[in-house]
Amino acid sequence: MMGGHLPILEVMLPLAAAPLCALVRRPMVAWGVAVAATLFALAGAFMLLTQVWSAGKLFYHIGGWAPPWGIEFRLDAANSFVLAIVSLIGAVCAIYGRESVAREIAVQDQPLFYTMLLLCFAGMLGVVSTGDAFNLFVFLEICSLSSYVLVAMAGARERRALTAAFTYLLFGTIGATFYVIGLGLVYSLTGTLNMADMALRISDLGDNNALQVGFAFIIVGIGLKLAIFPLHQWLPNVYTYAPAMVTAFLAGTAGKVAIYVMLRFLFTVFHPAFHFEAVTLQYFLLPLGLAALFIASVVAIFQSNVKRLLAYSSIAQVGYILVGVSLANISGLTAAILHVFNHALMKSGLFLAVGCVVYRTGSCSVSAFRGLGGQMPWTMAAFVVGGLSMIGVPATVGFISKWHLVLAAMERGWWPVAFAMIAGSLLALFYFGRVIEAAYLYPAPEGRLVTEAPIGMVLPLWVLTVSCLALGIDSEFTVTAARAAAEALLFDPHNGLPAQAGP
Amino acid sequence: MVTDFSFIVAHYNYWAVVVLMTAGLYVVVARGNLIKKIVGLNLFQVSVFMLYISMGKVTGGTAPILTGKPEIFSNPLPHVLILTAIVVGVATTAIGLALAIRINEAYGSIEEDEILAADRAAEQQDACET
Repeated sequence: MMGGHLPILEVMLPLAAAPLCALVRRPMVAWGVAVAATLFALAGAFMLLTQVWSAGKLFYHIGGWAPPWGIEFRLDAANSFVLAIVSLIGAVCAIYGRESVAREIAVQDQPLFYTMLLLCFAGMLGVVSTGDAFNLFVFLEICSLSSYVLVAMAGARERRALTAAFTYLLFGTIGATFYVIGLGLVYSLTGTLNMADMALRISDLGDNNALQVGFAFIIVGIGLKLAIFPLHQWLPNVYTYAPAMVTAFLAGTAGKVAIYVMLRFLFTVFHPAFHFEAVTLQYFLLPLGLAALFIASVVAIFQSNVKRLLAYSSIAQVGYILVGVSLANISGLTAAILHVFNHALMKSGLFLAVGCVVYRTGSCSVSAFRGLGGQMPWTMAAFVVGGLSMIGVPATVGFISKWHLVLAAMERGWWPVAFAMIAGSLLALFYFGRVIEAAYLYPAPEGRLVTEAPIGMVLPLWVLTVSCLALGIDSEFTVTAARAAAEALLFDPHNGLPAQAGP
Repeated sequence: MVTDFSFIVAHYNYWAVVVLMTAGLYVVVARGNLIKKIVGLNLFQVSVFMLYISMGKVTGGTAPILTGKPEIFSNPLPHVLILTAIVVGVATTAIGLALAIRINEAYGSIEEDEILAADRAAEQQDACET
């Protein structure tokens, strides 16, 4: 019976564990609960992924109410893969949190910190699992509201975290409200909230102004959450001033979830209305993706704070993903989803490495990295692997996804786009080069004697680093999963509507 | 030329939605005071509540209670959705106000330009020290 309820347990167990953390009031117990819940979610996500691969799709009707009236959890190859990404990053970050959070957050706040972490985690899993568009909004807000608090938790030590969280709240709420406006317009036309049902009814509508306005509101709303290039203003400060573990967690999950939602709306819900979608992709997302790729990369080169540097690099990577999406063919979408997974691995790894440096030196400026190559060899080796992966050096995951992106662009005949992506990767060489140069070629500041970060931090970091290398050498698992996900999004004949649903 | 205002008048609730929405968004963007920004955000959200409620209303419809007599019902689903959205809005406002209090404690101000000036001054001091 347990197996049948796994889709809902995957979300509900972390959600139920969250208040438990608040009740226990002992930091280490709360940490244990958080780790147990995230590890359960990780195991569950991989079980669901294998089930989806063997059985096609999984449907779970909440409370036994059949869609389109009831809320449905629907897992296909696309969202079960994103589920695996989110739970993997969540579990690694939760384990890492023990030392890092103990240092950065006051003792009495730590159980509440883990409560918020689990709420945020459960919210993301819910966004990814649900097949109901309004339910998605509710989970999105669970995840967003708790992430505002997570960022503000650093406020006791760094007051700029508070203003960063406030700006994040404004942008996030406007984004979510835009999504609700768009959804309201689409609902008024279709009379349904179930995404698959909505897709069927939209295909019957034909050309409709209200539908186009709704589509625009939804895409811009999610774009705010995703930090698409001109809507990214909130992101650098949030990533810079949030607690180290929160930054790693959000960088590896929040953006990825938002990209999934955008893909779900672009390809599943609005798929039949491809005529205006193609316009959106080629004349809207592609230029924004390319602009993000160059402008954010160039800005990253001039940053003196490594966390801010990585934040701009994240905005640039969203650009790569958007370019892959805007190719709108199976190779492009495969490459984009592959980059979602690979970027989560490497960027979370990099932020965890920076967290180790902050733990020992108390600073994340480039000058603080001087001489760390010798003093913190394991942390810096992981940073170098992550950096090389971001640049796209072979035998790392970054190479695999950039390779697929460039191939997909060439397949479409977009040579300038392919060259632009390679040139963007070279910019990454400059900004990572600066940090790695400081770590290995400069002597440590006099009088600073730091040692390797505690094993509880280095081990989770190396879990990501090793998978970054292993999946870069043997990419069969990720490429197969990404292709299956892309196929589920692009060529799902009846938009995955089960036979018994639909009036 | 005779202008027919009946369409505009008949949809007065949608005009209220548009006015509230743009006014709310304008306040969020244009006002420097953090509390005013939250008020603007609330206006913006309330406009969406009105949009949903307006579209759920069926002319002449009553509350959807089963009485046995064939009646016209308003669509109850948008109301239920908006109940949820109101809860989300309240939670957002609560967190926003809590953050504003913490910002006031940390900076001694809730004016955006004063906060930015304080941050800039702190950054310059950092730069001088290193």
